[in-house]
Amino acid sequence: MVKHMLNQSVPLDRMFHALADPARRGMVERLSRGPASVSELARPLGMSLPAVVQHLHVLQASGLVRSEKIGRVRTCRLEPKALRTAESWISARRSQWERRLDRLGEYLARHPEAPTQRSRT
Amino acid sequence: MIERSVTHATFSIERVYDAAPARVFAAWATPEGKASWFVGPVGWTQIERVFDFRVGGEERVKGSGESGRISDFRSHYFDIVPDGRIVYAYEMHIDDVRISVSLATVEFQAVGDGTRLVVTEQGAFLDGYDDAGSREHGTRWLLDNLDAALRYGA
Repeated sequence: MVKHMLNQSVPLDRMFHALADPARRGMVERLSRGPASVSELARPLGMSLPAVVQHLHVLQASGLVRSEKIGRVRTCRLEPKALRTAESWISARRSQWERRLDRLGEYLARHPEAPTQRSRT
Repeated sequence: MIERSVTHATFSIERVYDAAPARVFAAWATPEGKASWFVGPVGWTQIERVFDFRVGGEERVKGSGESGRISDFRSHYFDIVPDGRIVYAYEMHIDDVRISVSLATVEFQAVGDGTRLVVTEQGAFLDGYDDAGSREHGTRWLLDNLDAALRYGA
């Protein structure tokens, strides 16, 4: 998780990787019209269930799609919101940090002889 | 009725400063150092500040933004390695609503005569709280890209 998110572009890379495949784009298009079971996703694509499941893994790893198993049926839905929320939290908190670390740099430049004594633990 | 949700996110920011680790560390470890840069955005006024820099010690920075909203940073220090590392956990409140609980790790690495500072934040961000639109920019960019990818890919 830490490694995955260290570089902010990684989630985007995964998302674009997920969308680079026509079969997966077809699945996303289908899901944009509403939730669907794995077999409902497989049918129009003329693909085997295992192949669809594999594509589903990629879509889920990208954060675009979420699935949950209810009884014996796995239902998939589009989840751009989860990704959007994480991205937006990160960008807000990051920009706060960027502002503060800029100020820290200005402070260090203004105080070349800043005190180095500190409270010890 | 508040819609409850938790978003987990981790990111890190790296900076190189033209100052030795001891000086950069001091800007985090002394009250006058920390107060000079660890503040809110432009127009922000401090209401309360507590600074007890030691393992188990508390830090609190409460202030009022231009919009009149009260931000409250409440933190505890868990690990302090002089000139090397600081680990603290903090919660952020806006107008008495807890918007996030995070673990922050700050690493100070000597590079030449300077210091590479790495700040890593691991957060639980609560209830999809929107801090007045500052997050919108990144979101819109992402959605535009998604939209373009879907359109041209179809």
